[in-house]
Amino acid sequence: MKVQTQTAQKSSFLASIVRRQIFIPIAALLILAIFNFIVDPSFFKITLGHNSEGDPILSGNIISIIDYGSELAILAIGMTLVTAASRGQDISVGAAIAISGSVVLRVLCGTNSHPDTLQAPIIVAFLISCLVAMAFGAFNGTLVSVFKIQPMVATLILFTAGRSIAAWINNNELPVVSDRTFTYFGGYIPGIPIPTPFFIAIACFILTWLALKFTNLGLYVQSVGINEKTSRLNGLNPALIKFVTYVILGLCVAIAGFIKVSRLSTINYSVVAKDIEMDAILAVALGGNSLSGGKFNISASILGAYVIQFLTTTLYKFQVQSDALPAYKAVVVIALVVLSAPIVREKLAALFKKLRSPAKAESKN
Amino acid sequence: MQERSLLEMRGIYKSFPGVKALRNVDFTLCEGEIHALMGENGAGKSTLIKVLTGVHIKDEGNIYIKGHSGPVQIHSPQEAQNLGISTVYQEISLCPNLSVAENIFLGRGKSALVNWRTMNKKAGELLDSLGIAVKPTQQLASCSIAVQQMVAIARAVDMDCSVLILDEPTSSLDESEVAKLFDLMRQLKSRGVGIIFVTHFLDQVYEVCDKITVLRDGQLVGEYEIENLPRVQLVSKMLGKELDDMADIKNDIPVFNDKNKEYVYEASQLCSSEGIKPFNFYIRKGEVNGFTGLLGSGRSECVRAIFGADKVTGGIVRVEGKEVKINKPMDAMKNGIAYLPEDRKRDGIVGDLSVKDNIILALQVKKGFFKPFSKAEANKFAEEYIKLLDIKTASVNTPIKSLSGGNQQKVILGRWLLTHPKYLILDEPTRGIDVGTKVDIQKLVLKLASEGMSITFISSETDEMLRTCSRLLVMRDRKLVGELKGDELTQNNIMNTIAGGERE
Repeated sequence: MKVQTQTAQKSSFLASIVRRQIFIPIAALLILAIFNFIVDPSFFKITLGHNSEGDPILSGNIISIIDYGSELAILAIGMTLVTAASRGQDISVGAAIAISGSVVLRVLCGTNSHPDTLQAPIIVAFLISCLVAMAFGAFNGTLVSVFKIQPMVATLILFTAGRSIAAWINNNELPVVSDRTFTYFGGYIPGIPIPTPFFIAIACFILTWLALKFTNLGLYVQSVGINEKTSRLNGLNPALIKFVTYVILGLCVAIAGFIKVSRLSTINYSVVAKDIEMDAILAVALGGNSLSGGKFNISASILGAYVIQFLTTTLYKFQVQSDALPAYKAVVVIALVVLSAPIVREKLAALFKKLRSPAKAESKN
Repeated sequence: MQERSLLEMRGIYKSFPGVKALRNVDFTLCEGEIHALMGENGAGKSTLIKVLTGVHIKDEGNIYIKGHSGPVQIHSPQEAQNLGISTVYQEISLCPNLSVAENIFLGRGKSALVNWRTMNKKAGELLDSLGIAVKPTQQLASCSIAVQQMVAIARAVDMDCSVLILDEPTSSLDESEVAKLFDLMRQLKSRGVGIIFVTHFLDQVYEVCDKITVLRDGQLVGEYEIENLPRVQLVSKMLGKELDDMADIKNDIPVFNDKNKEYVYEASQLCSSEGIKPFNFYIRKGEVNGFTGLLGSGRSECVRAIFGADKVTGGIVRVEGKEVKINKPMDAMKNGIAYLPEDRKRDGIVGDLSVKDNIILALQVKKGFFKPFSKAEANKFAEEYIKLLDIKTASVNTPIKSLSGGNQQKVILGRWLLTHPKYLILDEPTRGIDVGTKVDIQKLVLKLASEGMSITFISSETDEMLRTCSRLLVMRDRKLVGELKGDELTQNNIMNTIAGGERE
């Protein structure tokens, strides 16, 4: 008898792991890691070298994943909140990154496209770009919460217009920032061998974690996403809460945009952060969050973002041409998303149970 | 089949898992007759109609239709359509962005080609013959709701229907629109169409119908000629209370006669966007009162206006003597008012969230965005109310949607008790839950009132209201029509007031 209950517990424990939301991105990450480990263990090699400035830097695939995955991870935070509260996605984040990046350049370079000195402190440029990006977030948020337009349709406007607004801000020129300090944010701070974007991303996670712990953001957003009518009858203002999530996403966009500009000291408005909105939405989905809103798990979305970057890096490693990259990615993504569908997970959990139950049946006989 | 009857349903049974929705129900509809189908919620009206229109398949029984020998089988709405049974629902199921003529003929042409001129001409003739003042080319969305409703009827009529079912067609119409609709119904009647009319408005039944069939708890109460069934009798049949058995319902609560107790809440000429007539209302400290009336009479709308759940369009509100503005639920909550809504699933629960989150929600929102409860506090609150109200749940973290209806209701009740309100509004707290829980809730109401809480209690079951309330406000057709207290609180008086007759 005792043994039976133990096995039952064990299987339900296993089943409960499968049902846990964060299981999907972790499983995906493990699969990718194991695959790389089998094919080529050198994938995980990290070497200490020096860059052109003579500063020590770490390099290797893992480093490039945590480096280049940062923008996506930051965006995934905002996208998760927007998805949860408004039951839809913001598809304008790529275009909004172009705008906020353009604002950074405009403030730092003035009207001169290659100034020798900065026209304004970096922090000022960053703060102004934050304000601008949050204002565009507020624009999207107003369309969604006040005018009750479908999120994808509402954000389609900025998606279409954003990149030309970005070009217009700088008179269609591509200014280049010549200040070296500015490159620290998208590169390395002298003496620290780990890429800065990773620290920025971690700072964002910590901020989000604090916000979720010390405010009711999580409860309010989920409540509004699950049942707007009930939320209103309990004193919440659903429109305001949806609006706020779009403004938060605007802030995430500004931070991601700032990193993007800093990486190259300039941006190309028409290609910067191209299709990143799709990756951000995918990160949310990979995190096991329902794209139709409601309950969410931000850590899972962040992990999802790194899974996507891991996948991209793996494909580069196998010298898949960049043109063909999306096709390969699509195959993997389909597999992951199908695996993460609740219906499949329920089946998997049931399967685990079944694997245990024959043993149980035998012991009974 | 009888000679004049168009439709006969005999011995219809239908059950759903756990519920016997229809038991041995008979229904007869004659040519040129407007036949009201009456009953309170859950009486089986809509199930009967759905069986007739093929949405549900009956378990047992026979349906006979004029012109068909032997019983017919109806498996789908399409088959019902072919047998000449058409339905016009409360929610208009037409295409608002198409023209009137397109809506009338949509999906009926056999060929893929459309002759627009013929279609518009035919539609025009049909509308003229029915006296509906609308151009066939007009876009449907630009017509008033009443005209849309009539277009739906015109569409039904043109499909050679002999049986027309109108399922609460008047609930979104104003008085003049209702009059137009009735004209149309009378005209169809003179053409020999049989109309089944489902409504909650008693006045309308007596204005336009010839016969009434009353259902209760899935069973047939009876079929009556309209002139043989006075309103009071009808109400008594619907509620299942004989007029004379009032003697056995004893009012065992202490009479609330403390006239000196202050008003906790007072409203004058309060009205909302939901179309209730302005009403005056007050409740004293420790009092239990209630709104009664048939379904759709506006009793829920009244309490929603008090809580600010619907848009408040006028009136003066005082809480403990001080004039306040209550425009949204948060205002009401800040003034110590709590509201348990009628539709638990739509307005009450947050399905995917845990029992714990559902319990703390209102208090948490009231406390503020930047002051979340710690996990320990939240757990303590949740466990306290789970124990107090005896909520059956696996743990505090179980999603509320996996609980039974009665337990969900207790969670919502716990949520509002946790805010320690001065004034608690309970709209149908006992609907759809088992008898034991019902009694628990009634007892709790009386206990809370004895501790000084003011409570407004709404229930479809008059017994329950008589057992708990010391004063009843009676609603009819969205208007407050009477107040009963003390010795006046009897089944008889309630039914008389609901029906609009003289009080005995």
